[in-house]
Amino acid sequence: MKEELDVLEETVSRDYQYGFVTDIETDVVPKGLNENVIRLISQKKNEPEWMLNWRLKAYAHWLKMEEPEWANVKYPPIDFQDIIYYAAPKKKAKVNGLDEVDPELLKTFDKLGISLNEQKRLTGVAVDVVMDSVSVATSFKKQLSEVGIIFCSISEAIQNHPELVRKYLGSVVPMTDNYFAALNSAVFTDGSFCYIPKGVRCPMELSTYFRINTENSGQFERTLIVAEDESYVSYLEGCTAPKRDENQLHAAVVELFAHRKAEIKYSTVQNWFPGDENGQGGIYNFVTKRGICMGDYSKISWSQVETGSAITWKYPSVILKGDNSIGEFYSVALTNHHQQADTGTKMLHLGKNTRSRIVSKGISAGQSQNSYRGLVRAGKHALNARNYSQCDSLLLGDKCGAHTFPYIESKNKTAVIEHEATTSKIGEDQLFYCRQRGIDTEAAVALIVTGFAKEVMNQLPMEFAVEAQKLLAVSLEGSVG
Amino acid sequence: MEKINLEYLGQKFNQLQTIDTDNLLSNVRREGFNTFNKKGLPTFKNEEWKYTSVSDLFKKQYHLTEDELKPAISASQVDEIRLPGFENANELVFANGKYVPELSTIRSSKAQLVILPLEEAANGIYKDLVKEHLGKSSLFINDAIHALNTSFIYGGVFIYAVKGQIIENPVYLYHISDAVENHILSQPRSLVFADSSSKLQLVETYKTIGSMDSFTNEVVEVAVKANAILEYYKIQNDGPNGSHVGTTHIRQIGKCYAHTVVVSLDGGMIRNNTNIIMEAAGNEAHMYGLYLLKGNSHVDNHTLVDNRMPNCFSNELYKGVMDERSTGVFSGKIFVRPDAQKTNAYQTNNNILLSENATVNTKPQLEIFADDVKCSHGCTVGRLDEEALFYLRARGISKEHAQAMLLKAFAESIIEQIKIESLKEYAEQLIEERLKGDNS
Repeated sequence: MKEELDVLEETVSRDYQYGFVTDIETDVVPKGLNENVIRLISQKKNEPEWMLNWRLKAYAHWLKMEEPEWANVKYPPIDFQDIIYYAAPKKKAKVNGLDEVDPELLKTFDKLGISLNEQKRLTGVAVDVVMDSVSVATSFKKQLSEVGIIFCSISEAIQNHPELVRKYLGSVVPMTDNYFAALNSAVFTDGSFCYIPKGVRCPMELSTYFRINTENSGQFERTLIVAEDESYVSYLEGCTAPKRDENQLHAAVVELFAHRKAEIKYSTVQNWFPGDENGQGGIYNFVTKRGICMGDYSKISWSQVETGSAITWKYPSVILKGDNSIGEFYSVALTNHHQQADTGTKMLHLGKNTRSRIVSKGISAGQSQNSYRGLVRAGKHALNARNYSQCDSLLLGDKCGAHTFPYIESKNKTAVIEHEATTSKIGEDQLFYCRQRGIDTEAAVALIVTGFAKEVMNQLPMEFAVEAQKLLAVSLEGSVG
Repeated sequence: MEKINLEYLGQKFNQLQTIDTDNLLSNVRREGFNTFNKKGLPTFKNEEWKYTSVSDLFKKQYHLTEDELKPAISASQVDEIRLPGFENANELVFANGKYVPELSTIRSSKAQLVILPLEEAANGIYKDLVKEHLGKSSLFINDAIHALNTSFIYGGVFIYAVKGQIIENPVYLYHISDAVENHILSQPRSLVFADSSSKLQLVETYKTIGSMDSFTNEVVEVAVKANAILEYYKIQNDGPNGSHVGTTHIRQIGKCYAHTVVVSLDGGMIRNNTNIIMEAAGNEAHMYGLYLLKGNSHVDNHTLVDNRMPNCFSNELYKGVMDERSTGVFSGKIFVRPDAQKTNAYQTNNNILLSENATVNTKPQLEIFADDVKCSHGCTVGRLDEEALFYLRARGISKEHAQAMLLKAFAESIIEQIKIESLKEYAEQLIEERLKGDNS
């Protein structure tokens, strides 16, 4: 046990490898939040009148709301006036291809291991990159537009496809939804927009990388994905941030809209700076993610690997409105040091014959707190609704905590809901078995934890699975013995 | 708090404080009343009361009988509530929440079991025990309703199982509310102490007389010492006009064994808080519950197992069947504190919905701060197994009968945990009648 703790200590002292700052000229709006800042953001982005009004309405509503306190996380009060709400890399002109992107910026993404050029050539993944607040590069736009897919930054979409944005923005996560969603609606600066027309199967994985670079800035991005009838899209999202002593706020909103027989697969590898071993700094990741299966036979699937952020507060949800629709949620959340994660999902069964599946794996180490919080609700008309949930927690270390808060509400007698949860430490017998066969403790732990998370890893697209696996392995390097 | 007559309560409280000026109890009451005033009635925004609303209950004008210790309940009325096996039991009668020694029958010898009015115990040789253990539950349940009971501690009972004594005669607590003329608020309070190596069985049941509404707001605090065995049974089969909020707070202060079974068959709005606090290493606890509901009944079972010391074991199984317009709520919390290594804690909740208009809300929770533990919870919501129904019907059994058979089997695993034979048979019979009644 002593040995185990020592190795754990080692992990705890490991450094965050994405903690560099890129020296790029940025265009920032002064700190603070008021109507003028919102007008300024809107103006800088050259937005139409309706967009500005929408923002102002959200802001007015936000002012009336109170910060939620129910989550199982603790943090000092956030000073919303001490945040930079807009920071954009200075661009000389609109970029059309990667060749025109600031080379400094490209280097940043090289360091992150997301070489746009590489990716473009090898993997065929279309990437939209969001740095601080603004989308800087979107690759593969041309190939996508050939099949009619719109994949661009949301600012561009507001300019070029206002009818679509207007129709869908806020339709899944209304601006009044919650405190952070309202804030995001007021000040969101960029994000991705993706529209898959009827009957189109997106030929490649779409991907967004988020990075917070500027000090004291918050990142408020907004992602909107609309899948028309019988279409399919797989979307990936990744995030990093430089090391800083202060906490930074990331309050994003993601909306997914699936029409009849459409399928959206949304995967996240979240690796924001988690703070140092004393709990200094790190990102507050307060995200609202929600999808609606509007049409019959539609499907939305969330998979996430959460290893970063000082505080994670995130519940990707699915509203199962169409008959025979399917919702899925696969999650691995790993917390270390002083990280706190309160994450889970909501599955709201409204239509007939809807099905959902939840698999959540929590791993806590160091002095971290890891909570699963989920809601499964079968409405009065959700005939034959079916849910299966499984939440397992693994504890590595004697100072961490693992918590499970499932809520199950059923108003329909034909609904069948099952929930299972277990919490345990890493099995002595499993470790013993491995060691007996000549596998050292460290490798054995990695093996067991990988196995523990495998069900979720299998759900990730290949390109991501590799990265996620690596992330887990690195985070666990020498964890327990 | 708008409809509840605060002035009336305040007046009654002051009146009580002048009648009973004993320092020990009046201080506890004072503290309770302060909390009550401070907290205000819980709303659905309060996480603990998310699925159960008490505001409707408090819209009625209840009568408190805090100053009169002898309400008009006759011996024949007591006969109506007597549970099977009473010939062998110590029967304690509570009328409108007050312990009535005159109507009670104590069959165990004083050398084994001491039963006293709480005021007497607080002034006599058990003063220190009362002082030490009374009011401990407010550390865990800090809402206005619990505090309301504490504000009016008067006419309660003190039950003490003497060291080393196996009490053969179970203790039956009959709670009778006289709601013939007025809506009545009964607030029984009991303090139970099971000394080392003793064995004590407690059984509680409730009855409302008359057609007005009754609201029983009860607190039972139990402390169990090393090597003692405590069994606790609660049978709720009152009419739809009988509502209930009850807290059973069991502290395992030595390495001991606790066993609870809560059976709810009928009633208005029912809330049962069953808490087990493991304050010593190596404790063992088993908690069972059955709620078989119809009509507009609303039953909310809140359980808490707080593992504070190492090597404890707990197992929890709650089952519910909701019919007609009833609502079942289960909220189970398992806490494992940092020191509670080697904890094994299990929790299961199974629910069956029988009707279109029935609802179930369940919230099994684990909060774990120690690493060397084995904890799990499972929970299901569903309907009767179609295949099993088909199997029975294929053999010529009517649908109704087949359904009753399956439900009885579903309930059986809880009922068999009642270790007092006559009581178990009684519960079985009640359930059988109910299932038959449903089908006719």
